Amino acid sequence: MIAELGQFAIIMALLAAIAQSILPLIGAERLDSRLMAFGGQASLVQLLFVILAFGCLTQAYIVSDFTLVNVAENSHSTKPLLYKISGVWGNHEGSMLLWILILAIFGAAVAAFGRNLPVTLKARVLAVQAMIGVGFLTFLIFTSNPFTRLLMPPENGRDLNPLLQDPGLAFHPPMLYVGYVGFSVAFSFAIAALIEGKVDAAWARWVRPWTLTAWTFLTGGLALGSWWAYYELGWGGWWFWDPVENVAFMPWLMGTALLHSAIVVEKRNSLKVWTILLAILTFSLSLIGTFIVRSGLLTSVHSFAVNPERGVFILFLLAIAIGGSLTLFAFRAPSLKAGGIFSPISREGGLLLNNLLLSTACATVFLGTLYPLFMEALGGGRVSIGPPFYNNTFVPVMVPLLLCVCAGPLLPWKRADLVGVLGRLKYAGLATILAILLAWYVTEGGPLLAILGLGMAAWMLLGTLSEWADKIKLFRAPLSTSWQRMVKLPGSAWGMTLAHGGLAIAVAGMISTTAWKVEDVAVLKPGETISVAGTDYRLDGVRELVGPNYQAVEGTFTVSQNGEFMAILKPEKRLYNVQKMPTTEAAIYSTFVGDYYAVIGDQVEDGGWTVRIYREPMITWIWFGCTLMVLAGFLSLADRRLRVGAPAGKRKQGKRKQKSQQNAAA
Amino acid sequence: MTRKSRRMYVLVVAIALLASATALVLTALDDNITYFYSPSDLKTKQVTVGRALRLGGLVEDGTFEKLDGGLKVKFSITDGAETVAVNYEGILPDLFREGQGVITEGSLNEKGEFIAHEVLAKHDENYMPAEVIEALKASGEWRGDEEQITE
Repeated sequence: MIAELGQFAIIMALLAAIAQSILPLIGAERLDSRLMAFGGQASLVQLLFVILAFGCLTQAYIVSDFTLVNVAENSHSTKPLLYKISGVWGNHEGSMLLWILILAIFGAAVAAFGRNLPVTLKARVLAVQAMIGVGFLTFLIFTSNPFTRLLMPPENGRDLNPLLQDPGLAFHPPMLYVGYVGFSVAFSFAIAALIEGKVDAAWARWVRPWTLTAWTFLTGGLALGSWWAYYELGWGGWWFWDPVENVAFMPWLMGTALLHSAIVVEKRNSLKVWTILLAILTFSLSLIGTFIVRSGLLTSVHSFAVNPERGVFILFLLAIAIGGSLTLFAFRAPSLKAGGIFSPISREGGLLLNNLLLSTACATVFLGTLYPLFMEALGGGRVSIGPPFYNNTFVPVMVPLLLCVCAGPLLPWKRADLVGVLGRLKYAGLATILAILLAWYVTEGGPLLAILGLGMAAWMLLGTLSEWADKIKLFRAPLSTSWQRMVKLPGSAWGMTLAHGGLAIAVAGMISTTAWKVEDVAVLKPGETISVAGTDYRLDGVRELVGPNYQAVEGTFTVSQNGEFMAILKPEKRLYNVQKMPTTEAAIYSTFVGDYYAVIGDQVEDGGWTVRIYREPMITWIWFGCTLMVLAGFLSLADRRLRVGAPAGKRKQGKRKQKSQQNAAA
Repeated sequence: MTRKSRRMYVLVVAIALLASATALVLTALDDNITYFYSPSDLKTKQVTVGRALRLGGLVEDGTFEKLDGGLKVKFSITDGAETVAVNYEGILPDLFREGQGVITEGSLNEKGEFIAHEVLAKHDENYMPAEVIEALKASGEWRGDEEQITE
């Protein structure tokens, strides 16, 4: 019964979405307020039905209703409750439903929080948002229905892939999806603005918080995914340039560009056409990403043959969404009025450079990810492109961007004096030289490029800090004045400092762990010791143990340095009962300066065990930096909510606030 | 600063960026593409010794052996028609076993043996790398037609 209710709910949601994508558009054209208001109501109705459908599927998973194909294939009655629930989105159909749920939540949120949006703009935004919903709901109902029944239900299910049975991965997809789907709002606003033929500062002020929300969650989702890969796959790596990673990374790069260019539209009413294009491209990349992961397109074009229906549908949807929006852009963009002018060396110029570099970087990733596909489609043979490609293309493009990160915020709007700005960074520059010397000393003259890279990270961090100190007049005014200025700094200013600082910290972690990672593989018998990078790992013993739905062998290592005890590590190798699939559970001892990482493998003939030991310098800095960036996103959001959500009556106050902010920034 | 000259600046910077990015991509593509070969391809096509490539197929039954205490291994990869011996040193992925589809990355040595520095077996045991399926189909050894499961 529950499943039929769910089936009914997604059909109702589709009908609501169809109505919502047509009527408000007509209303906005004819200035019919009733038809326009319908958009808001329909978005709520659509959301309620999608929640109902999602609830039904979750219920089926919790009670292990194996009459559903989806549940039978991806769940098992002995699975812990958390993984029964996360199993809902641990498969193709369920994850599509989650996608639709988040899309509907964003649509309803625009309707609920957008009370003082211009009515025609709001109606059009909701209509476009609903069109995306129509596309996805049709896809769900016709090719990926999660509520399909099984005629002969099995005794028990086939279980969720054990690699996915992990708390990190339980929350990774929802966060990533909030990121992906959040960009749909920016997209809808962009399309609505093209239909209206008007983009102004108010429009940008509306788009920014949504983009920021999406960006924040996408950052979190990416960090969580990379952390999961690090501890769960047992290879000690944090990023593999795998196509699936790349397709999530591309919207992040474009979204970051969008976040920055929207500032220019908001503050200076310039770069409008570019910002619209970025909004379209960012969401298009999200769409491509979702579908590429979901269709298995990237392993090979021929995966289409496996499920031609789904593949063709996907291509069709992508063509409509991306082709349609770009065509609209080509027709309407010239009619948008150009905004204020600025000199190349100015805040606008800096942000534009940021945009150009980020887009170029994104283009290199795009090319590397899709090149094998093009090659195969053109009959050029099967090829694969690995990390060296990205190290030689993506990294060189990102370096100038990272070098400029701390200078940009110091540039005033319209025109700037570069020498003066660099002069304000002289202490940061001096400290950077010290940091390089320090890195050179500590690493005993390690690889020059890595040391310079660390210097770059130090420059980013110190430059960002000195910009912050500059803003509150630290050491140039009495401390009490600085304190007051600091307290009065708006959330978005804090957000900027924190995000740039977090990026610097993450970059430092990435460079160190790439350059100074040490790994060793050996066969050890209990009692034997292996020494890796000056640290001793003694295998004390190996025992068998039984988990809720798996059996495992667990090794115990004593980690010590110069005879001094540091930690006990207990890596496992598990064999899951249902899928008969082995997984590796690494054991990690994290410290500020690096991780000690141990993996246990198979037993060999003479009774020894193969073990892998990694020493990962500063790797936790990556996730610490990402956490700071996520925090920064929320801080800026807290600030924007005050300004954007202000009802009409209080708008004056909002303006005053903005003014004081501009003073603070000056 | 007029609108026209601003557009000029932007255009110059954008073109410069694009040109350098294109140059980077082209050189990187030249050096870093790894071609996929099936055992049959390896026998029929001319392959330079030492050139990095991917070799994929099924691990042939009864060919897997451990040398020198377990870290060095030797096995054969087959597509049904041809077989290539592979040497590898390191830990094999969890899902590696005889009869399983795998992809190895490495290069040929003078003796015609494949020296792998990486062995990939996918996360999911129902999953067969698409390249391997193609290779098996090409040699007429493909049997299963179950739906391919992807992440």
